Amino acid sequence: MSVLLIAEHNNNEVRPFTLNAITAASQIDQDLHVLVIGKKIDAVSKSISEIPNVKKVIAVDNEIYENYLAENFTPVIIKHSENYSHIVCSANTFGKNLMPRVAALLDTSQVSDIIKVISPDTFLRPIYAGNAFATVKSNDKKKCITIRPTSFDPAQTSGGSAEIIKAEKEEATSLTKFIKREEVKSDRPELGTARIVISGGRGMASGENFKLITAIADKLNAAIGASRAAVDAGYITNDHQVGQTGKVVVPDLYIAVGISGAIQHLAGMKESKIIVAINKDGEAPIFSVADYGLEADLFEALPQFLEELNKLNTIQK
Amino acid sequence: MKILVAVKRVIDYNVQVRVKEDGTGVVTENVKMSTNPPDDNAIEEAVKIKESGKAKEIVAITVGEDKAQETVRKALAVGADRGIHIKVDGTIEPLAVSKILQKIVDKEKPDLIFMGKQAIDDDCNQTGQMLAALLNWPQATFASKIEVKDKSLEVTREVDEGLETIEVNIPAIVTCDLRLNEPRYASLPNIMKAKKKPIEQINGSELGIDIKPRIEQIKVEEPPKRKAGIKVASVAELVQKLKNEAKVI
Ligand SMILES: Cc1cc2nc3c(=O)[nH]c(=O)nc-3n(C[C@H](O)[C@H](O)[C@H](O)COP(=O)(O)OP(=O)(O)OC[C@H]3O[C@@H](n4cnc5c(N)ncnc54)[C@H](O)[C@@H]3O)c2cc1C
Repeated sequence: MSVLLIAEHNNNEVRPFTLNAITAASQIDQDLHVLVIGKKIDAVSKSISEIPNVKKVIAVDNEIYENYLAENFTPVIIKHSENYSHIVCSANTFGKNLMPRVAALLDTSQVSDIIKVISPDTFLRPIYAGNAFATVKSNDKKKCITIRPTSFDPAQTSGGSAEIIKAEKEEATSLTKFIKREEVKSDRPELGTARIVISGGRGMASGENFKLITAIADKLNAAIGASRAAVDAGYITNDHQVGQTGKVVVPDLYIAVGISGAIQHLAGMKESKIIVAINKDGEAPIFSVADYGLEADLFEALPQFLEELNKLNTIQK
Repeated sequence: MKILVAVKRVIDYNVQVRVKEDGTGVVTENVKMSTNPPDDNAIEEAVKIKESGKAKEIVAITVGEDKAQETVRKALAVGADRGIHIKVDGTIEPLAVSKILQKIVDKEKPDLIFMGKQAIDDDCNQTGQMLAALLNWPQATFASKIEVKDKSLEVTREVDEGLETIEVNIPAIVTCDLRLNEPRYASLPNIMKAKKKPIEQINGSELGIDIKPRIEQIKVEEPPKRKAGIKVASVAELVQKLKNEAKVI
């Protein structure tokens, strides 16, 4: 038994969730190999080879892999899948887009979004927006698994020295063409891995008002999240959405501001260690998951919050 | 152009789902069922393309038990022309659904296939990508904007980093996000008219494919409950608690 993990990276750096996926993958089997597909990926391959859990790195380097098209990645993965019992990657938009295409060609029924490895063929996964947990056993010979990154700690990044093997490219697709990516660059911690997240909902009432949230995020070195309603209303971009159809976050502290707490939103944040809710409706469902609830108008509470933070001598970063 | 839209019947998104006491699944008896929400966006987009004159026919298809026909009927009421119901009882995994759809695609020869990006019951997010693989078609997943061009689609995708735009040649598969459009409601006259539109029923067992589940569901349980929290009286108290009690700031 060996596990093949598909690395997510941006051709320059390993994306952080790859580290969480590596932890999960090595719980399935210690013989963990990582497939790195991309353009000019020497640095990425090298840093993955230094992860102690990784036993071997296979690098497939060609310009056709610059933009991670599933149509181009799939033939490479299929080619290398032969000697592996498990093919795994993270259950974010990268892995969600890619893995089913691989699984179908391997005639494997994929297990999506696992939160626990019970044994090499049995896994725990949330269903119904996390309202139920299912224990499932895969009976396929070769298993395709995606991993909910926030349910596993990131792997250590130094101390290892796995061998790096270069492999040939496969044929490129002519059916799909990458046009552009509009990435929202920011100096803030990433939403998926931040220690603190502060999120705004429809109660924020405008995009302009998100500056109240930004000021606190700056102070706490927090990432900024949002409900679907806030994104739909155009207050903030889609990459901030937390929930069943957005991102899953598990920070030490999650602050929900002007968010009612629909199950689809809770699906993305209710595993957070400490939850704070600020809402003017005392009956809002968000209070039922909040460790600390403040029933207040956010337009008064947020400026006060900033003021109180300013009074503190030290703030953990 | 012909558009095939796949729809799934699921527990309504407003229902508070409950786990069965014997651990075999969730309670579905006497629970409101509806079309999987992003499948409504898939139908809406197809109808809009047809209204713009770029498509001639919309075929709505579902795979499931008898009652799953309701979702096809609803699609017909908002503008699909005809329906197909593949009758299958019991659990059916995305891999099996995509194999069934592949058979139907061979027969119907659509130019485009739309469906929701994930079903809100099993949250698998697989069927569209699997079908694309089996057909060797391009895939445009998590679409929030579709522009129909001459022989291709330009699709904006919602990805973790923000937005991505790709161009896929037709025939293509698109999986839809809720932000793709605003699904319309069916008017009463259209609901009446939809009753006369044809739904072809095909027995899943007659398609000659193995659709047995490969994944055993061992048990279904409630997630751990959070312990009850408290209400604080002021912002000052909140900050004090976060600092000294929870020790997170
Ligand atoms: C298939 C599906 C998937 C979905 N996926 C997601 C998802 O991934 N993420 C997600 O978030 N949602 C998702 N949703 C939407 C979800 O059902 C809710 O509609 C959404 O979360 C509501 O957002 P909200 O809480 O910001 O808005 P609302 O429910 O409108 O709540 C606004 C809250 O703000 C409070 N408020 C208003 N003004 C103030 C003020 N001045 N001070 C203090 N409080 C104030 C109100 O009391 C209210 O509680 C999904 C829905 C469907 C059907």
